[in-house]
Amino acid sequence: MKCSEFLQELTNYLDGVIDARTKSELEDHLAWCHNCYVVCDTTKKTIEIYRDSQLYPLPEDLRTRLRSAIVSKCQARKKAGPKQV
Amino acid sequence: MSAIQQKVSEPVSDELALVQAAKGGDVGAFEELVRRYDRNVFRIAQHITQNREDAEDVVQDAFLKAYSNLEQFQGQSKFYTWLVRIAVNEALMKLRRRRPERMVSLDEDVKTDEDSLPREVADWSPNPEQQYSQAELREILTRTIQGLPPSFRTVFVLRDVEGLSTEETADALELSIPAVKSRLLRARLQLRDRLSRYFQKRESGDGKQ
Repeated sequence: MKCSEFLQELTNYLDGVIDARTKSELEDHLAWCHNCYVVCDTTKKTIEIYRDSQLYPLPEDLRTRLRSAIVSKCQARKKAGPKQV
Repeated sequence: MSAIQQKVSEPVSDELALVQAAKGGDVGAFEELVRRYDRNVFRIAQHITQNREDAEDVVQDAFLKAYSNLEQFQGQSKFYTWLVRIAVNEALMKLRRRRPERMVSLDEDVKTDEDSLPREVADWSPNPEQQYSQAELREILTRTIQGLPPSFRTVFVLRDVEGLSTEETADALELSIPAVKSRLLRARLQLRDRLSRYFQKRESGDGKQ
């Protein structure tokens, strides 16, 4: 397997949606190709860091304000009739 | 190397019942749906618009639009996927309004030099995120993801941050599955490459001063 072929399969490999034969070919490649090993490992870390980072949390007071605005507008629309957009 | 663990999604068993009740005019049931998904919608909107006020508007507009159009939700996809599609469209509209000079489209398929595998790949330090304070790390991650084209950023956020499946992402963005996979691969590789500037292993004696 060439590095470019490995790269094409990287997303499927990281997502665990890959057949057993391709998986073992990829792992053979990872065993001797240090570059691809590093790319694979650090790409996985990239995803995990973003997933765990809690960028853009919604503060509770803002959340409450937004929710009550949404609910009161929904109620107004309900009174105005279902066809009003 | 093991595959990434998928996020466990919330139970959806009672969700259709909530949607049905909301369709029948029960605003309280709709409020429960808002409570369930407002954080996710806010995060997606903030990632796409990169602007806090716009993200707040998107949360309100997306839920109001969903409420007004509940009759059109047929239950073929999850309510959340349907809601995300509405929110992404609202967010993209905001982005286009703010940057009319640059057409913003999800069909944008950008080729860049960063797509090819670099010949020399520098490894990262173990637990690289711990080299920075939380505020610094947040700044690095935000700046890095903001550098991606919106079409890549959106796919990455839905798949990898919000934990939607490839099929759900394709459905929410009205893209084909191969298009989602191709954008996701490139988004992941570009982020990895850009983060390497901060997380690269430093040789001993060459410490950052």
